[in-house]
Order: sequence, then C-alpha cells, then structure tokens
Amino acid sequence: MSTEILTTQYLPIAVTFIIATALCAFIVWASGNLGPKRNTDKKLMPYESGMTPIGGANRRIPVRYYLIAVLFILFDIEVIFFLPWAIALLQNGTSFAQFALAEMLIFTITLVVGYIYVWKRGALNWE
Amino acid sequence: MNEVTVIIIDAAIKAAVMALVLLTGFAYMTYAERKVIAGIQVRRGPNRIGPLGLLQPAADGVKLFLKEDMMPTGADKLMFNLAPIITSIPALVIMAVIPVAPDWIVNGYTVRFVVADLNVGVLYLLAIGSIAVYGIVLAGWASDSKYSMMGGLRSTAQVISYELAFGLSMVGPMLLAQSMSLRDIVHAQEARGIWFMFLQPIGFLLFFITGLAELNRAPFDMPEAEQELTAGYFTEYSSMRFGMFFMAEYIKMIAVSGMVVTLYMGGYLGPFVNQFPPLGIAYFSAKVFFLLFTMIWIRGTLPRLRYDQLMSFGWKFALPVAMLNVLATAIVLVYVM
Repeated sequence: MSTEILTTQYLPIAVTFIIATALCAFIVWASGNLGPKRNTDKKLMPYESGMTPIGGANRRIPVRYYLIAVLFILFDIEVIFFLPWAIALLQNGTSFAQFALAEMLIFTITLVVGYIYVWKRGALNWE
Repeated sequence: MNEVTVIIIDAAIKAAVMALVLLTGFAYMTYAERKVIAGIQVRRGPNRIGPLGLLQPAADGVKLFLKEDMMPTGADKLMFNLAPIITSIPALVIMAVIPVAPDWIVNGYTVRFVVADLNVGVLYLLAIGSIAVYGIVLAGWASDSKYSMMGGLRSTAQVISYELAFGLSMVGPMLLAQSMSLRDIVHAQEARGIWFMFLQPIGFLLFFITGLAELNRAPFDMPEAEQELTAGYFTEYSSMRFGMFFMAEYIKMIAVSGMVVTLYMGGYLGPFVNQFPPLGIAYFSAKVFFLLFTMIWIRGTLPRLRYDQLMSFGWKFALPVAMLNVLATAIVLVYVM
C-alpha cells in the first residue's frame, strides 16, 4: 500500500478513533465520579428479581450457541469471498466475467450442499 | 504546515463535528421516539421540560450522569468498564466513511463532506459494525448476573446470525457500482439515474430488516425482552454506563439509516445538489430522518418475534434469499447487460 493512501485515507480514520475513544473514556470516568457512592452489600448483589442469587452466572452454556458460532464462521467466509469477487467481476472483460461467475456458482453450490445437510440435521431449529 | 498536519487537523475537525452531531442526534432520537410512540398510542409524550418537552433529553442526560454508578460484587472490573466503551466506539466512528454531500470547490480548495473516503468503505462498515458484538458478549459475561449472561448470549447469537444476510445484501450495490468506495456507489446511482433500491428491491428490504436485527431494534429487540430478561446484557449497568449502551443503540440507528441511504437510496442525491453541494446535507438528513421515523413506527406497530422464529427467519429465509439475490444480480449483469 502506498504512503499516500495511508495518510489520506487511514490517518483520518485513526484520528476519528482517537476522538471517539477519548469521548467514551471521558463519559465512563465522569459517570463513575459524579454520582454518589453509597454502596451496601445488598445493593451490589446481582439483580435476580429480588431473590438471593444461588451460584455464579458463568455456568454451562447450551451447545446451540457454539453451533451457531461455528456455522457463522463457515458462512461468513463465504460473504467475505463475495466482496472482492463482486468488485472484480465486470472489470476484466466478458470471458473473465463468465469464468468468475461459474467459479462462484461452483463455490456456492458446494456450500449449499453443506447448508442443506445442516438444515436437514436440524441444526437450524431452535427449541 | 506540511500536508500531514493539514490532514490531521482537517480530520479532527470533521470527526469532532460528526461526534457532536451524532450525540445531539442521539439525544433527540430518544425524544423523537417517545413523542412518536406516544402519538401512535394516543398519548402526549414528554411535554413538561421546556417548550413541547424539547429539553427533556438534557434533563435525562444530567440525571444519568448524577446517578450512583454501581458494579456487582462478582463482576470482572476491567471488562465491566471496557464493555460500554467497546460498544460505543464503533457506533461513533462508523459514519466516518459515509459522504453527506458532493465535493465542493471554493476558491480552488476542495471541501470534502466525508471524514475519510476509504476505497474499501463497504468493508469498513462491515468490519466496524461487527466489533460491537464484543461489547455485548463482554457486558453479558462480565456482569456475573444470570439475566445479563442469557441476554448477552442471545443477542450475540442473533447479531452474528443476521450479520450474514446483512453482509450479503451489501454486495448488490457493489456489483452494480463495481466499487467499494461509498462515494463511487453514490456516483454510480447518479450515473444510472436511478436509486439502487429500485434495481435491488429484495436487497434493499433485506438490508433494512437485517439492519434492524443487527441493531437489536423492535421487532428483533430480543436482548431487551423486558418480560423475560429484565434488560438483557446491560441489566447490571447503571448511571451513564447504562446510558452508553443506550447511546450506542441510537447512534447505530442513525448509522444504519445512513448506510441504507448511501447504498440504496442515492445518498446525498437530489435536485440542484451539484450546483450547490451543501444542499446534499439536507437531502441526506431528510432521507435518514425518514428511515429513523420508519424504525420508530415499526417499533410502535409490530409485536416482538419469538426467539426461535427470529433465528429461523435469519438462517432459513434471510440467508438463502440474500445469496440468491446476489447470484441472480451477477447473472443478469454478466449475461444480459
């Protein structure tokens, strides 16, 4: 990447990030210091609709969430492939466009086979 | 002054203006939401503080800052403090690549109405948009409360499920414009003389609906399903740290509206915008206001989806339809045009 793109395009982004971070840090600091502090043990208990909580909150998590996470990674890679492909598709002549389209169709069909399998095995059903 | 200094100062001014506009927008979105919902339910809404209740957001802000800031005993201190920051930063920076008016040449100087015209703008939107998930999952995990944990898990699963269709429905405008730069996408809509929402109606609807799900807005406001989960992942938050989750949600509403406007509704385009570029800001804002009103309207009208319906809508409907839409668009572009 050339230095020119770095300075004209990404330097402003960095500046924006710094300003946003400073603003957010200031808000957290201010809200922590402006209000009163009258803590009691009861007040600091995790909220459970008035009941005393039994055990911590970090217990076992239903396996479905892991399944969703793994499926997300699989299909998100597909989305990421689509992005550069969409840009390159029409810029290199007709024969390249037809070739790229066929390639993408083959790739998508491969993924759709997996998608149908996942659907039929019931991984997309939420009980 | 050398060139880099000029760029830094220019970016700092624009970023500060953007942050100010977004914060004011957040304040008045809460007011507008309460007023519009009140109108839908034949009530009056806030009307005590200032004329027509217009100072209500200021009063709310002061109140939030002066509230006691609490942290549950079992909470992970660092992560508990970091989570609202991680949620808010992406909301504040996401608008940086969206152009709000065409370039304006004044006395030989070019004024650009965008903080940074990235050549991979669409990718930036996707990347920054997904960072907010970390804030949600960390807030849920760090609070050490069962409601927070469940709310955090639910919204994480929801957001990543809808991310797929959300990302795929951005591909349509990219295919039509052959560029990832948001300015080029607006130019392409100008060159074709038609907004992409008419060329890509399915993509447009999917983008808006999955955008609502990404925002955790009604009818997908599962993490905030008060009747089941109290307040979801920010149950344990109080004071302005709670306000920051609120702020992130409303600013992201503005950002998603800006994305829809830029990708599908012609961005800043409108009559005479090339003769007098600052007019673009008015057109852009008008379109964004319309979408924001639609979001509030949807919240006032539709009931919340059940969680299993929500997940199956995302995986079994939105994802395949978005995929087919992209492929169909590509086939039409390659073989017909």
